[in-house]
Amino acid sequence: MLIKAFVVGGLICVIGQLLIDKTKMMSARILVLYVCIGCILGGLGIYQKLEEFAGAGATVPLTGFGFRLAEGVKQEIDKIGFLGIFMGGIKAASAGITAAVFFAFLAALFAEPKEK
Amino acid sequence: MDTSKKGQQKYAEMVKKASPNSPVFGDCIKAFVSGGIICTIGQLLLDFYIGMELSEKNAAAWVSITLVGLSALLTALGIYEKLGKFCGAGTIVPITGFANSVVSPAIEFKKEGMVFGMAAKMFVVAGPVIVYGTLTSMLVGFVYYFVK
Repeated sequence: MLIKAFVVGGLICVIGQLLIDKTKMMSARILVLYVCIGCILGGLGIYQKLEEFAGAGATVPLTGFGFRLAEGVKQEIDKIGFLGIFMGGIKAASAGITAAVFFAFLAALFAEPKEK
Repeated sequence: MDTSKKGQQKYAEMVKKASPNSPVFGDCIKAFVSGGIICTIGQLLLDFYIGMELSEKNAAAWVSITLVGLSALLTALGIYEKLGKFCGAGTIVPITGFANSVVSPAIEFKKEGMVFGMAAKMFVVAGPVIVYGTLTSMLVGFVYYFVK
């Protein structure tokens, strides 16, 4: 599983690198694109297979974040119906977002900006 | 207008000449190895948390939290930026890159205040990611609701 995670995760990063080198795409756009693609592939039920195959190799790249949004929305709809469309996505992404905000706040308290 | 366009073209040609022949291949190898290593660390963490008898879903959430925390630490120490210069997309695409995009402006802009600096700039990159992620998840939800 470790080797599969390495190879699949690495390949997903290579696609990002090709986008940077070939299209001069900004990294923010790549992250947006990755989340949307992951979410759509999750919606179509394709990304689940990649996760089964590669584990963290599929979930650690930002496509995995999009995949989690899609999974969350589907599960919430199964549970509570139409309202799930409004509640499932962010709920599934909450750990990642909250952790990022918390650690960014901590880092901003203790770290000083680098002199340029 | 015209002259500036010509100038831009000239500049683009100069850049092309000055760049080494095929940096793309080397960039891709670096991205492959560094991105692969980050995902492997993620897998090791996942196995560790599942070994602690967490459900797979909760274990995955803990992996995200741990990786985000590690990335924040490396960003605060100025290490992640150095890695990023070498690794390219290998450090941008994983969730650690997302965390870096939140932590780095939070530190850099805190001198502009805790509200309009630190807190507002935190979401310069993460904001669009969450906006389009949320919208796409709603689209997926709509289709799923009416098709299932």
